[in-house]
Amino acid sequence: MTGTGFSRLRSPEPDPDTKQTTSGAGGGTAMRVIVPLQGVAQGRGGLVLGSVIPCALFYFLQFYLKRHRNEPKDPNSPASEKATGSPTQSPSQSAGQLTELPGLPRSLSRPLLSPRTAGGPVSLSGRANSILKCSDSPYDIGLIRVEEDPYDELGNPDGVIQLGLAENKLSLDLVKDWLAENAREAILGGGRRELNVNAIATYRPFDGLMDLKVAVAGFMSQVMEKAVSFKPSQLVLTAGATPAIEMLSFCLADAGNAFLVPTPYYPNFDRDVKWRTGIEIIHVPCRSADNFNISITALDRAFSQAKKRGLKVRGIITSNPSNPVGNLMNRETIYSLLDFAREKNIHIISNEIFAGSTHGNEEFVSMAEIIESEDIDRDRVHIVYGLSNDLSSPGFRVGAIYSLNENVLAAARKLTRFSSISAPTQQLLISMLSDTEFVKRFIEINRERLGRMYVRFVAGLQELGIECTKSNGGFYCWADMRGFIPSYSEKGELELWNKLLNAAKVNVTPGSCCHCIEPGWFRFCFTTLKEKDIPVVIERIRTVVETCKSLG
Amino acid sequence: MVLMLRNQELLSKIATSNGHGEDSPYFDGWKAYDSDPFHPTQNPEGVIQMGLAENQLCFNLIHEWLLKNPEASICTAQGAAEFRDIAIFQDYHGLAEFREAVAKFMGKVRRNRASFDPDRIVMSGGATGAHEMIAFCLADPGDAFLVPTPYYPGFDRDLRWRTGVKLIPVVCESSNDYQITIEALEAAYETAQEADIKVKGLLIPNPSNPLGTIITKDTLEALVTFTNHKNIHLVCDEIYAATVFSQPEFTSIAEIIEEDKICCNRDLIHIIYSLSKDMGFPGFRVGIVYSYNDAVVSCARKMSSFGLVSSQTQYLIASMLADDEFVDQFIVESRKRLAMRHSFFTQRLAQVGINCLKSNAGLFVWMDLRRLLKEQTFEAEMVLWRVIINEIKLNVSPGSSFHCSEPGWFRVCFANMDDKTMEIALSRIKTFMLQHKEAMVPKKKLCWQTSLRLSFSSRYEDIMETPGSFMSPHSPIPQSPLVRART
Repeated sequence: MTGTGFSRLRSPEPDPDTKQTTSGAGGGTAMRVIVPLQGVAQGRGGLVLGSVIPCALFYFLQFYLKRHRNEPKDPNSPASEKATGSPTQSPSQSAGQLTELPGLPRSLSRPLLSPRTAGGPVSLSGRANSILKCSDSPYDIGLIRVEEDPYDELGNPDGVIQLGLAENKLSLDLVKDWLAENAREAILGGGRRELNVNAIATYRPFDGLMDLKVAVAGFMSQVMEKAVSFKPSQLVLTAGATPAIEMLSFCLADAGNAFLVPTPYYPNFDRDVKWRTGIEIIHVPCRSADNFNISITALDRAFSQAKKRGLKVRGIITSNPSNPVGNLMNRETIYSLLDFAREKNIHIISNEIFAGSTHGNEEFVSMAEIIESEDIDRDRVHIVYGLSNDLSSPGFRVGAIYSLNENVLAAARKLTRFSSISAPTQQLLISMLSDTEFVKRFIEINRERLGRMYVRFVAGLQELGIECTKSNGGFYCWADMRGFIPSYSEKGELELWNKLLNAAKVNVTPGSCCHCIEPGWFRFCFTTLKEKDIPVVIERIRTVVETCKSLG
Repeated sequence: MVLMLRNQELLSKIATSNGHGEDSPYFDGWKAYDSDPFHPTQNPEGVIQMGLAENQLCFNLIHEWLLKNPEASICTAQGAAEFRDIAIFQDYHGLAEFREAVAKFMGKVRRNRASFDPDRIVMSGGATGAHEMIAFCLADPGDAFLVPTPYYPGFDRDLRWRTGVKLIPVVCESSNDYQITIEALEAAYETAQEADIKVKGLLIPNPSNPLGTIITKDTLEALVTFTNHKNIHLVCDEIYAATVFSQPEFTSIAEIIEEDKICCNRDLIHIIYSLSKDMGFPGFRVGIVYSYNDAVVSCARKMSSFGLVSSQTQYLIASMLADDEFVDQFIVESRKRLAMRHSFFTQRLAQVGINCLKSNAGLFVWMDLRRLLKEQTFEAEMVLWRVIINEIKLNVSPGSSFHCSEPGWFRVCFANMDDKTMEIALSRIKTFMLQHKEAMVPKKKLCWQTSLRLSFSSRYEDIMETPGSFMSPHSPIPQSPLVRART
């Protein structure tokens, strides 16, 4: 009887999931359920007793369910600790522990406790619910802390110093100077060129203006030191590398398929690849013993494990230069990766967004260079590029897909409807990148500054007894702090991270956010600093590592 | 070759399916235009684009503003000082100034009868991205949205392609001027139920694309009640809000909510907005999701990383929309010019015997060519459409691509060209109609049409100032004062 009353009230949806959410709606819904039930009971005089009791029981059951359902959100409950089994779960797991840490603003978790989010009467999609459920990782929390209390030498000397965001402020002055001198014409016209509103305001090709493709292809070739000549016709431009990666994921895999991704990887990769596509990521652990290089054995093992789980692996996503480690892939590794992909008949997405941000002597080899000579692999290799890092302009949102697979390009071009670059920005970049003199100078000076900062920063850490892996690219170094964590576990790592953030006030990225299999590794981004900030940072880290030493 | 095939199998269903919807005549027309585009001097015989809902009538205002405010585009000596902060700004919340300016603009467009909270403004890659984002947030693969027909062909792509969501048509008919009725809604809802499809929401474009009509307040209230009753979402696509150029006035869903007269669960209400139509900036790729549901705001915000607007453009728009004087003038002037162009166009069509659905918004008219069909079928509609595109050389969009339930209707855009091109398009139509005169059955003129022509007698300012006079039947019409007014 309770059954009929219940389903009559709900909008007639057969899905058991909605039943769950409706019943979890709290007092309001409970009342709406109970009242008609009583009506039914009273209508059948004799049945009153027999109905009121089950009704009451049902009523209490709802309360019980509701309370019970909220429990997993309580960070202290054992339930959240139980969820540590699967490797792909680790972000939420670490986040679950995080909220226990002292000194974190409670407000961070408030949206998650709101009854609306918990699945009130209004039902959102499963995708939305899972996005809302995954609480902020230490990576996000750190970024929020910096936003709330940013370090400023004069204005806020006690603020949090940003070492958690891979952005490059070292050479912004060069871009700024260029703009001041040249860019009036880029958008507004001037001299002989007239401002053409039609060229910026109307519908433009969604996959990027041809002129910009030519300019970006030229820039890519220049950044990679002319080892490859990129063809503009093979480029699809998007609003940032994030949509470029998502777009490729949509093109290459169906929901429920998987990509192999070597760990440690960039903290937001899970978002980019998994969130809306329904694709899974299979971790391929890289270890400090191999200087975090990809091992084919590990790839092979991950591939067969995925197969055993019934997952169809559609590709490998690599980052070269690696983020967060900063090492480069050598030719040999690339060839063996290609062999592996060929053998398994899967794709490779090569994320090369830091290609121009290399320093040191090691040679950067783009996957594009290899496929130019190896005809057979042309269709399975897709390169992701962006101007955010190499041109220090993440705000401009320019990403690119470079592929020789015409089918992928055709699909990606159509997908750019959802995320194309705004036309004024395209016009601006066309002018900027077409100035080859400027581009050449920028790349040179930027590399030199990057290298200098890297050497100084790593030397500073070394003084404290912190070693970094050998790296040649990116805006960061990958620091070994295994000696300073109170216990050799993710918990120990997060304790150190917490001290660095809250006691020393430096925001760094713990390896667990990058799914590093070994605890105790941290990513330090140094390109948001000025050279004179380095001693301040090192001093702050010293305060923490010294207490750790004395404890150890 | 073998390898190519093998690899093609390796692509996803999304990549290999035709979910992009570009196989429809709507896009075929664009291709025809692209292969032979009209140009007044270089290609005067080319295809004139009347299939693109672009608003170019006020570009000169934008042009002037950009020249007057060079610092806004940050790329000048004056603006470069801001560059450092702007270039590296990549927060998916968007610049605070941008959100504030857009919120204010959204209010202004609705004559300040509703206010918008900057914290609920979520950015996305154009209205296309906004629609997809809301579909991602509200529905799972296999779930459905109800959409009244005829609807914008792009919805099939925007809401369905990557999300796996379905669209269920709510059939509207010309017999009642395509008004959406609760009966039709109930029928569509029933159909879904019978097919065991979970309906997650109702999508209402208001003003409608392709009809150019607006939804009355009463109907809106009824829709709110309907969706609340069914506990489904109501997504209002108001991207044409500022194109409402004459009476009756536009009512936004936001007003209904703020009035709070009818019982409404705010968590179910979402607005899609964009600057592509109202400001004529499709190239800026600014789409907005404005939701009254906190969870949707927070989820959509996290998703906006997939379609962020460049910070340079955010800054430019923030500066422009914060200029109250400019915005106020722009909104008034844009309405005025649209009204003029619309009445000019419909009047001239009427002279050659073509009727359009009465409309007061949008950048297009819904043209009734049923009398020109050999028989009342969609095949005959396609035959006529091919004649229009190949012989008259106009790219218009056939009703079938909008899922219209009746053959013989066409959407014709009128705001994406200058006066001269418009004249050429009209003269081509006239020639064609004269040739096909025998095919036409003389029909009684509709009264609204007469009044439209009559409205030309008064000065267009009067039309705008006292919109009531727009409908009043007085005095005869001299030929096109608009041409004089605009040259």
